[in-house]
Amino acid sequence: MEKLLLQLLYITQGEENMKKLMLGNEAVARGAYEAGVSVASAYPGTPSTEITENIAKYDDIYSEWAPNEKVALEVAIGSSIAGARAICSMKHVGLNVAADPLFTVSYSGVNGGLVIMVADDPGMHSSQNEQDSRFYARASKVPMLEPSDSQECKDYVKEAFSISEEFDCPVLVRLSTRISHSQSTVELGERLNYHLKPYIKDFNKYVMMPAMARKRHLEVEKRMSALKEYSDSSSLNSIEWGDKSIGVITSGVAYQYAKEAFGNVCYLKIGLVYPLPEKLIAQFAGEVKTLYVVEELEPFIENQIKKMGIKVIGKECLPVTGELGAEIIRERLLGQKPPANAPAKEAVPVRPPVMCPGCPHRGMFYVLKKLRLNVSGDIGCYTLGALPPTEAMDTCICMGASVGVAHGMEMARGRDFSNKTVAVIGDSTFIHSGITGLIDVVYNKGNSTVIILDNSITGMTGHQHNPTTGFTIKGEPTKQVDLVKLAQAVGVERVRVEDPFDISGFESAVKEEINADGPSVIISQRPCALLKNVKFEGPLRINDALCKKCRKCLSVGCPAIVDKGGFIKVNEALCVGCGLCTKVCSFNAFEKAGDSNERA
Amino acid sequence: MKGLNIMLVGVGGQGTLLASRVLGNVALKRDFDVKVSEVHGMSQRGGNVVTYVKMGERVYSPLVEAGEADIILAFEQLEAYRWLEYLKEGGRMIINRQRIDPMPVITGKAKYPEGIIEKISETGVDIIATDALETAKECGNAKAVNVVLLGILAKSTDIEKDIWIEALKEVVPERFLESNLNAFERGYNT
Repeated sequence: MEKLLLQLLYITQGEENMKKLMLGNEAVARGAYEAGVSVASAYPGTPSTEITENIAKYDDIYSEWAPNEKVALEVAIGSSIAGARAICSMKHVGLNVAADPLFTVSYSGVNGGLVIMVADDPGMHSSQNEQDSRFYARASKVPMLEPSDSQECKDYVKEAFSISEEFDCPVLVRLSTRISHSQSTVELGERLNYHLKPYIKDFNKYVMMPAMARKRHLEVEKRMSALKEYSDSSSLNSIEWGDKSIGVITSGVAYQYAKEAFGNVCYLKIGLVYPLPEKLIAQFAGEVKTLYVVEELEPFIENQIKKMGIKVIGKECLPVTGELGAEIIRERLLGQKPPANAPAKEAVPVRPPVMCPGCPHRGMFYVLKKLRLNVSGDIGCYTLGALPPTEAMDTCICMGASVGVAHGMEMARGRDFSNKTVAVIGDSTFIHSGITGLIDVVYNKGNSTVIILDNSITGMTGHQHNPTTGFTIKGEPTKQVDLVKLAQAVGVERVRVEDPFDISGFESAVKEEINADGPSVIISQRPCALLKNVKFEGPLRINDALCKKCRKCLSVGCPAIVDKGGFIKVNEALCVGCGLCTKVCSFNAFEKAGDSNERA
Repeated sequence: MKGLNIMLVGVGGQGTLLASRVLGNVALKRDFDVKVSEVHGMSQRGGNVVTYVKMGERVYSPLVEAGEADIILAFEQLEAYRWLEYLKEGGRMIINRQRIDPMPVITGKAKYPEGIIEKISETGVDIIATDALETAKECGNAKAVNVVLLGILAKSTDIEKDIWIEALKEVVPERFLESNLNAFERGYNT
């Protein structure tokens, strides 16, 4: 026992001052740990997911997946008011969901430090829009920090907690995909021994009724003035002097691109992007000949500087869409075009993402396409069903929208249209914000058919548990939301569970439900093919003697079934042997291949 | 110490993430500053994925841009072709001969270019092409394609072999270590 304790002690001591390669998200988690955070809540969303996944590895922090970002923030607010340091993480569009509590916790302020991580996705690697979260800081009057590498991710999170407690406000920390998902070195530190602050009943501060909120708004304005002063003196904003013919004001990952493109010029690196250090900016602008602002997405910094009457070059040269990079800065601002290798001489086919071999959604989309239904879709792996060859999704707006959209379509075009329409929504997305849509359908006498895809996990973001899986973020068993009972409880009388790989059964279920009176729910139940406990029998191959080359199997859209100049082949390296193709083949041409490791 | 810009390009699910972890560790052991930029989320579902690994005295941008890559490690032929212009003049391409048809090719909307390796070779690019899937299977682990390729990459750099093996041991789970070390050796001796 003593030996074990000594060993543990050694490990803990060994970790401090150690350099480690960490994703930005991992470094945020480390920052939360070192800042003495004791509660973390989040809803997964690329590129923010790994923050909370990594926090879950620290036993000193209570962590959880919440049903959505609004709840996650509310949990963090509760912990803060109760005296703990709390962190809440989400992707940019998640902040739209959490905006309601955000704007008011800005008024109430905090007790223990409260930090909200928001990860933007310029270039939309995995998102439905590329909104710029910095406007939320301004709109909600909450300070915002923006780190530019993993070390700063850790340091800024710790700094954010100090600011939160010093200025009595929540603090936003903005990441972007290239910060969240880039690894760089981080020096580890010790965990702060943070003592819970006393819980104080104070309805003037924490009950935001009009009379109290009016007073708090005045406090918010005072706080903003104090934060502006702080911004000018904070080491978060710093000047690097160099060749004074060029000055660059920049922040976040754009700082790294600028450094690479401009080299030894002057930089004002902004770590506190709201409120901006106006005095520092004016001083910097006065010292350099040509002033550039390099920032991704909107001219957030640029417009504020222009408002100060300072001449600056920014978005008239750089795009407001997509990601930046050193190359585009060199090209657009310095007129340099670096030499590149000659590209391919012919068109290289694009490679859009596809549903995995064995994916349970494939069977369902095969049926929806066959029935030529109107499909209002939602956010998740299954959004890929909109792409060829399935092309069985007509709309996708935001988390949970599919249900309301289907209802709106019925109200606009009538019952005949709704007889040909279904909403398709994942289990986690349904819990996130599809339930309220379903209640709307029931309450307002709609006839929508909602297909809930229960694949036992949150898929697209990389397998997180959710209230329908029966396990917590730590993998501990918990109560599992019963989707059948839930749908029945809100008033849906027609609820059924179907297997999407039983194609004919699924087809007749869909036909019955779209034609039935009243709302109905079909739970399409089959686990994600990537789950460890999902076992198939191994790759199939095609018996050329039986194959009539009718190409029907190609319509299921499996990446493992390919057309080799008239011959249909199975790519055995991809095929898992789910057998969906055997159910659409009329000639029994698919058969089990040899062991994948067996050599020819 | 000369820095290195490496790109790992392939198809989501091919194991580029593990390979980049190994590379990151190698850079740390060589006392390089390093950045590894990955793609998570939607593209991982069978889309084209690219990982940038930059090591040197000081690394700023996490991205490798057109004409900047010293080495491109292509896990699939078409992906090698797609990123050709990212290679630096005099750079090297290590290509796994594996072919994975993208959906537009499967549905007949696009054609998979024929003779990709020859076409790249004709541009004067230094190429090592190999059937890493076959080699991985021979090592008893079809999933070790990434490590076979890492072995070839290791040989292409002046970083000591021991460092690679040490890094590999830190990243690969114990029960797969033997087949992966085998795969690395096979790649290294290609």
